[in-house]
Order: sequence, then structure tokens, then C-alpha cells
Amino acid sequence: MAEQAQREIPDQTPVPWGVALIVSWGSLRRRFLRALITMLGVVLGIAFLTYMRVNNDIVHALIRLKDDGLNVLLQKAGVDIYAAQGTDTMMILLIGLSLITCLVGIVNAMLMSVTERIKEIGTLKCLGAEDSFIVKTYFIESSLQGVIGTALGALIGLLISVGVALISYGHWVFAGFPWMAVILSLTLALVIGSLMSVAASILPAYWAARKQPVDAMRVEE
Amino acid sequence: MSTDIIIRAEGLTKVYRMGVEEVRALRGISIDIQRGTYVSIMGPSGSGKSTFFNIVGGLDRPTAGEVLLDGHRFGDMSARQMAWIRCHKIGYIFQSFNLIPSMTALENVAIARIFSGLTLAAARADATKVLEQVGLGHRLHHLPAQLSGGQQQRVAIARAIVNRPEVVLADEPTGNLDLRTGEEIIQLLGQMKKDLNITVIAATHDMKMLSASDTVVWISDGGIQRVARRDEIKIDVGTIDGQTLA
Repeated sequence: MAEQAQREIPDQTPVPWGVALIVSWGSLRRRFLRALITMLGVVLGIAFLTYMRVNNDIVHALIRLKDDGLNVLLQKAGVDIYAAQGTDTMMILLIGLSLITCLVGIVNAMLMSVTERIKEIGTLKCLGAEDSFIVKTYFIESSLQGVIGTALGALIGLLISVGVALISYGHWVFAGFPWMAVILSLTLALVIGSLMSVAASILPAYWAARKQPVDAMRVEE
Repeated sequence: MSTDIIIRAEGLTKVYRMGVEEVRALRGISIDIQRGTYVSIMGPSGSGKSTFFNIVGGLDRPTAGEVLLDGHRFGDMSARQMAWIRCHKIGYIFQSFNLIPSMTALENVAIARIFSGLTLAAARADATKVLEQVGLGHRLHHLPAQLSGGQQQRVAIARAIVNRPEVVLADEPTGNLDLRTGEEIIQLLGQMKKDLNITVIAATHDMKMLSASDTVVWISDGGIQRVARRDEIKIDVGTIDGQTLA
């Protein structure tokens, strides 16, 4: 035994990113419906946030045109022109609220998709998976879902807000379309959606990967 | 010390804390397990059998005491070294099979091979070979949900042996199977032990497992009650050596 006992036990070889990508892609493909539902959580949250922000951007741009006819339209649509010129507390409150709703929606969707697979993480560790492999696969899966979901959500939010503005204000929307502000709102939505999706998935996956395998397998599903 | 000892447990103690209460699941278990033997661990639920099994398999850490696999102390190892051990030295079989539901039979076996550092193609080739050995050559591309319990357990066995481990740990491997399928699985485990010279450690309630065992260890109340070689055990219907098993 002496000779064998002296032999150093090596570190486990890390699984390359390319292989992790193939494993993650397979998992997403086979759980397509589940992945779609998770993504829908992200899409809805981001669409709501984008809608609120872009709507606000458009209204502010229209107010700045200071046209009497347009002001009548704005008031008909329920916009308080005088308050909206300065800091519109109501609007800030609504956008803040939509931000929170979006965050809770994304975190909930991603968290659920990881916690229902914690037993699987324990099993993979029994087979020799390193913590880094678990984190890699969840990073890839959540990034794909997060980025695609966020992009779709931002697009849907943008289309709805522009559509609603067109119905309310007609051609005026194009007269002073706030390109910069809208691009900023879209970028913000993309950053928030992608970051939150990855964070909400990686953190519980990392937490589960660090457990002793038996503790991960014992976690209630 | 004999060179034939594959696993040595020294004074294993495990204490779970539940609020202010302490539950002593293991009270200092020491045992040597010989290489290439089939060891059944018997004991009622709550006896500490599963805790012992998990600690010996490197799936959980003891509160005190030490496990040595082939002379290597688990306690001295880093997380990455433990991952290497779990990958190369030990194979695990569970009562509920624990296959990854989104992977086919082939992928479930190949993933273990990938962790050992092989390329995808080589891992798939090896996995195919082992699945054919356990009689599932025609079920390679089925998902676990499309397989029967016995077939799922065969996939799990293929996954456990694909990296040529020295020890296979089986936790109630027949617990979720009917009588005949259970017998087939026991036979397969015994065959594996013989063909590959693997040490099999099986936690079980199942009397059928005894006929395949070289050694039987009874655990009760967190301690070893008795260790017996197979030829020392008298098996009667419903009891073993006069002991009923809960």
C-alpha cells in the first residue's frame, strides 16, 4: 500500500467551455418548454419596464414640442403636462414599480429553474463534476435565456409603447421622436435583464455546487 | 496492515444539529473493507446506515474520524481532489437511479466519462460499449422517462462503472424495483464485481442481496452491531440469524 499511498491524488481536470456549451445546449433543447416558460418570465418583466420607460420618453418629447393641438391630445391621454415638465413623481413611481416587478419576475423565473435541478447538481458532483463545471453550464444556460428573453422583451415593450403612442398622438410621435432617450431606455433594459438573469441563476447554482453532494441531493424539490 | 484493504474507516462520528438538539447518527464506526469483495450493509431506517454509506463514499464529511481510500485520507483532500476521486475511484448507484432527465441513456453515461477528461467522441464510444455490456445497446438514445425502472438502474450501473472505479457504492439499488428486476440487478452487480475486480458496497434492506455478499455488516443505532462472512450466516425465512430486519 505504501507506494500507492504516496502517490499524490491529482486535481480533477476542468471540462472545457466548448464541452460545457454542448451540454448546456442539449439541456436547453430537451427542456425547451420549461426554458421557454423561464424565458417568458424575463420577456414579460423587460417588456413592462421598456414599455413604461419608452412611453415616458415619448411623452416628454411631445411636451417639449409645445404645440397647442398636441397638448389637447396629451391631456386627453391623461398626461399632466405641467407636472410632467418637471419631475413627475407619479411617473417616477410607476417606472420604479415596473423596475421592481421586472426584477422580481426575472429572479423568480431563474431561481425556480435552478432550484428544481439542485438534486441534479448533487448527482453531477457524484460523477466527478467540479464546482466550476456546474457554474459554467448554468452561466451558459442563463445567459442564453436571459439575453434572448431580454432582447425579445425590449422589442415587444418598444413596439407596444410606440403603437400606443401612435394611436393617441398620431403623426406627432414622429415629429419629435426621442431617439437618444429610447436607445438609452433599451440599453438599460438589456443590461438589467441580462445581468439579473445570470445573477439569479449563477448564485443559487454556485451555492448548490459548493454543498457536499449528499446535501444537494437531499434538498427538497 | 494488509495491502488488500481498499477502504478503511476510523472512528467515524456524525452529529447532526437540529436547533438545540444534537442527533448522533454515527457513534464511532471503524471497519476495514477488503479489495474486490462484495459488502452488504444492513440495518433498519434511521440506523445510520445511509450516513455511513455517504461518508465512506466521500459524499459527506464526518464530524470526527477519517476515511482512507487506498491509503488516501479524504480529510486531507481539496475539493478538486475529491472530485477526481469521485470521478475515477468510486462509482455510485442510487435507489432512485438519479439519472439526468434531460439526457439520453448514452449521454448519462458519457457525461461521467467526459469528467474524466475524454473528448465527446471518445466518451460516447466508451459509453456505448458499456451500455451494450449491461444489455441496453438498443436503448442508447432513449431518455430516462422512456425506460423502465430496471433499465434505468442498468444505465446507472453503466454510468458507475464506465470510468473503471475501484469501488462501487450502491444505496438500496433494488429498493425501487420489483422482485425479478431486483434479482437481475443484484446479479449484474455480482458479475461486475467478478469481471472488473471492483469492490461493491451496498446498503440494503433486501435479503436477496445477501446471497451475493462476501461480507455482511449490520449497523444499528449508529454503531456496528456485527460483521459476518456469508458462510457464517444462517438464513431463515423472514429472519437472518434470528434477527428480523425492519
